[in-house]
Amino acid sequence: MTEFTPIESLTGGLLIGVAAALLLLVNGRVAGISGIAGGVLGAVRGDRLWRVLFLLGLPLGAALVSMGFEGTGVPRAPTPLLVAGGLLVGYGTQLGSGCTSGHGVCGMARGSKRSIVATTIFMATAALTVFAVRHGLGGAS
Amino acid sequence: MNALVALASGLLFGVGLALSGMTQPQKVLNFLDVTGTWDPSLALVMGGALAVSAVGHQLARSRRAPLLAPQFPQPATAGIDRSLVLGSSLFGVGWGLVGLCPGPALANLAQPATSTLVFVVSMGVGMALFRLGSRAGAMPGPGAAIATVGMIASLGVLLR
Repeated sequence: MTEFTPIESLTGGLLIGVAAALLLLVNGRVAGISGIAGGVLGAVRGDRLWRVLFLLGLPLGAALVSMGFEGTGVPRAPTPLLVAGGLLVGYGTQLGSGCTSGHGVCGMARGSKRSIVATTIFMATAALTVFAVRHGLGGAS
Repeated sequence: MNALVALASGLLFGVGLALSGMTQPQKVLNFLDVTGTWDPSLALVMGGALAVSAVGHQLARSRRAPLLAPQFPQPATAGIDRSLVLGSSLFGVGWGLVGLCPGPALANLAQPATSTLVFVVSMGVGMALFRLGSRAGAMPGPGAAIATVGMIASLGVLLR
């Protein structure tokens, strides 16, 4: 069980939205984490620094919150699942051109059909996976 | 200046993720577990972020260019194709297995833990594999391979 945290979650969501709007309106960039990370790996000169700094900001921001209360978390899945999950998330977000932020927050905000379809699909396969792991095959966690 | 704005945006994003609970895999898994111990909190994260982001896009629409860049990003010209569907499906499975998507996974590096590192490194390898595959022109092949590897690894754990 985890507690329902409407205030914290809504506030956090609003801040994520502000971050995305800031990056779009000032730098003309989409705040999609997988897209920004993928661009660090692809070598385009002069297009790397802002990406690295943005990505660096994520743990720094999380660390700021963690000084106040528990802000970060640790995945509990066994190692093979961590590896499989990581590979799938990394590969899938590049093939599908986006993740929760790029499609879910930025793409849907401008009414992109591709993003609406992508978000529906990954929410569905994620929910099905959780169902299979928790209620289907033996019920692990 | 662009770099500083990117850092500021990343910081805000990280604060938002940590405050919202997106960084806690158990909370994410409970959000996805609609038929079990459902925790609706993360719907508010998505809703809140989407609302503000939509205002941002409206503002962008009424301007010719961003403050510090020549132009706004051009939307993808591709339609709803095989890559989008297959990629999003694979991403969802990975997200559901561990409870971390890319942003929260990186934000959690603030708290050094082996399991977070293993996930983030694997995610980087997955991204790099895609880059290599698309450079070699073998797009769907590696996708199928990764899906197979993922499924085998998962089954290995579940049936142990």
